[in-house]
Amino acid sequence: MVKFLMLISLVLFSFTILIAVYRIIKGPTKPDRVIALDMIGVNLLAAIAVVSCILLTKAFMEVILILGILSFIGTIAFSKYIERGIIVERRHNR
Amino acid sequence: MKENDVILRTVTRVVVFIILTFGVELFLSGHHNPGGGFVGGLVLSSALVLLYVVFDIETVHQGVPFDFRKIAAFGAMVSLLSGTGAAVLGKPFLTQGFGYFDLPIFGLTELATVTIFEAGVALTVIGTVVTIILSISKDV
Repeated sequence: MVKFLMLISLVLFSFTILIAVYRIIKGPTKPDRVIALDMIGVNLLAAIAVVSCILLTKAFMEVILILGILSFIGTIAFSKYIERGIIVERRHNR
Repeated sequence: MKENDVILRTVTRVVVFIILTFGVELFLSGHHNPGGGFVGGLVLSSALVLLYVVFDIETVHQGVPFDFRKIAAFGAMVSLLSGTGAAVLGKPFLTQGFGYFDLPIFGLTELATVTIFEAGVALTVIGTVVTIILSISKDV
């Protein structure tokens, strides 16, 4: 029963990722695409957690951590590019 | 317009240390578990890239005053020398050895010379990735 529910949640996570991919392709503005990329990261992370619960293994924990770190850095870099037009500054002027 | 990114800077000061700790853990667990020098170096360099993105280049260079091209070259040299030692002793090149030692705190511990090779790989990856990121972003 629990395994059946986990499979259903996997299908729903995949459907959510498909919706986010549609928003990335279609999205009118750049912030829409950035939010959709972050949403793909979070849903992929949750799907990997469910998969590791189904397979009863702890081998995917590092995958979850690395995906979280890379999604965080990617979102920060995209939002800084949208706000300032440059990602790595030579000298911070404020 | 004046940007206010105090939340980003405060979060980054904590998160960078979490990422660095995770990178070192991946590096050390690479002997028997998933991980190793390459992945550990990638995670460590992602922490440095996060620092470069949130702060600027000159501020980070005050805290981390290394030339990353020299770090990449030094790592490649460490890997090469760790393989040369076996060739001097008459074994094939890059032959690694290990042994069990009784350390004071850790007890019976397995020490392997693969760790030196992996440290060289990690340093090379860190230097290469940070050099690539800084070279790409230097066009403005």
